[in-house]
Amino acid sequence: MKKLINDPDDVVDEMLEGMVAAYPDQLRRLPDTQVLVRDDAPVDGKVGVVSGGGSGHEPTHGGYIGDGMLDGAAAGDVFSSPTADEFEELIAACDGGEGVLAVIKNYEGDVMNFETAIEMVEMEGVEVAQVVVDDDVAVEDSLYTSGRRGVCGTIFVHKAAGAKAAEGGDLEEVQRVAQKVVDNVGTMGMALTSCVTPEKGEPTFDLGAEEIELGIGIHGEPGTERTDVMDADAVTEELTESVLEDLDLDEGQEVATIVNGMGGTPLMELFVVNDRLQELLADHGLKVWDTWVGDYMTSLDMAGCSITVCAVDDELKELLSAPADTPGLTVQ
Amino acid sequence: MNADGQAVVAAVESVAERIEAERDHLTDLDSAIGDADHGGNMARGWAEAADAVGDLEDPDPATVVKTTGKTLMSEVGGASGPLYGGSLVFASAELEDGIDAESAVAFAETYLEKVEDRGDARVGDQTMVDALTPAVHTFKKSVETDDLGPLEALAKAVDAAERGVAFTVPIRASKGRASYLGWRSVGHQDPGATSTLFIMEELLATAADHLGADVPDVDATSPTIPDEDPEE
Repeated sequence: MKKLINDPDDVVDEMLEGMVAAYPDQLRRLPDTQVLVRDDAPVDGKVGVVSGGGSGHEPTHGGYIGDGMLDGAAAGDVFSSPTADEFEELIAACDGGEGVLAVIKNYEGDVMNFETAIEMVEMEGVEVAQVVVDDDVAVEDSLYTSGRRGVCGTIFVHKAAGAKAAEGGDLEEVQRVAQKVVDNVGTMGMALTSCVTPEKGEPTFDLGAEEIELGIGIHGEPGTERTDVMDADAVTEELTESVLEDLDLDEGQEVATIVNGMGGTPLMELFVVNDRLQELLADHGLKVWDTWVGDYMTSLDMAGCSITVCAVDDELKELLSAPADTPGLTVQ
Repeated sequence: MNADGQAVVAAVESVAERIEAERDHLTDLDSAIGDADHGGNMARGWAEAADAVGDLEDPDPATVVKTTGKTLMSEVGGASGPLYGGSLVFASAELEDGIDAESAVAFAETYLEKVEDRGDARVGDQTMVDALTPAVHTFKKSVETDDLGPLEALAKAVDAAERGVAFTVPIRASKGRASYLGWRSVGHQDPGATSTLFIMEELLATAADHLGADVPDVDATSPTIPDEDPEE
């Protein structure tokens, strides 16, 4: 399979160097690590907000470093958790004296490595709180996790927690708003094609020319159902109904949504999906307060999309619309 | 020259050799129920750890153990890094005043506690805890209740770990990657319990060497059921 890479072993290192070179005023790489932090980290007197996970989901997580979102992020190898010592350096580098919130996607390796790091930095006197994002409504247990997987809803968590920290919230408040998003968000994804990891160089799973997979994860791990190819409206209905059934929202509820591309899907198709999504949400009596369309949480070059819905109240609306200035997301 | 520290360095080196020798065996066990990376990851991690502790200047035992743990944490990756490495780092604090029977028991108990907490696993989940728990309990009882010498206590613990590994075969996995197999995990020997046994066997062999004694022959057939609670 053709790829714009050199040695697969160098992909993450070269990507990180390239990111810092593209945003030299915003990003800094901690020496001898795969950790990126904002150039001015730690920000004195502000709660630090950090995240991290395997690479291959760009712009997640490093692309969300900047004013109003993350203070730093650890990048693991492709689809592999960063190690505990990298998380340790990340947290230490982002502690401006007010403590640090760790936003963890619910995968066994991520959770264990992050928690080990947290226990270690706590012994050094750093105050740390954590939230575990598990927004994928498709599966309860999967190849990489017990419980639900953390997927695109994580972006709303980054945004809300980052905004709360930027406005001067203390660690408890920052954790509270992050958890509020986690409690009110759901996501479901689908794949038209498999991703191709740099290491393997061929599709992770076989999907026939006329097949799609519903409920897919973001690492090429299996979904819930393999079906014949459907048109955009039908796919959108499947995803949206699954998410809404899980969230069980009251009529009149305001929601924020993300139509997320998996990395290999044209923006044109994402907007087509969004067209039907808006109708469906209206049919359910929901009021769409805000919609984001684009590649936020990708799975390398996988074609497909996910739909995220988050019930919002006045507080979340304020936080999600607060200014953010990062490589991957700008809100003015 | 810290002789105990040197002995722990020798133990780490001997574990590294053993894991390398068992690499394919561990990978085979893991490929049956997981993602076939346990042998490779552990071999790489322990080889790096052996290099790292070999570079230390006249270290004490706690420093060797902590360095080993930190290296495993950064080299093994996945869930095994925090489980094997992170737990060693935390437990190394128990050895700060050196190794004797009392601190060795405290070390073993802390290590088990950290593995249980981090993995959220208990006996019967078909994990490394199934080897570790009987080993640590037997070691504690042998030292505290039976007043056995360190070598004999460790030999009993290794024997208990071996039974624990055997126990993982007929039970169903409820933690770790193997748990996704559900009932299909029954009949498989857990790779984590197995590598835990290998590590303990090398500790025993190195300890015997260090103390200039033969590895005691403990009765592998009689059950080591404690007749009283060592806490009482």
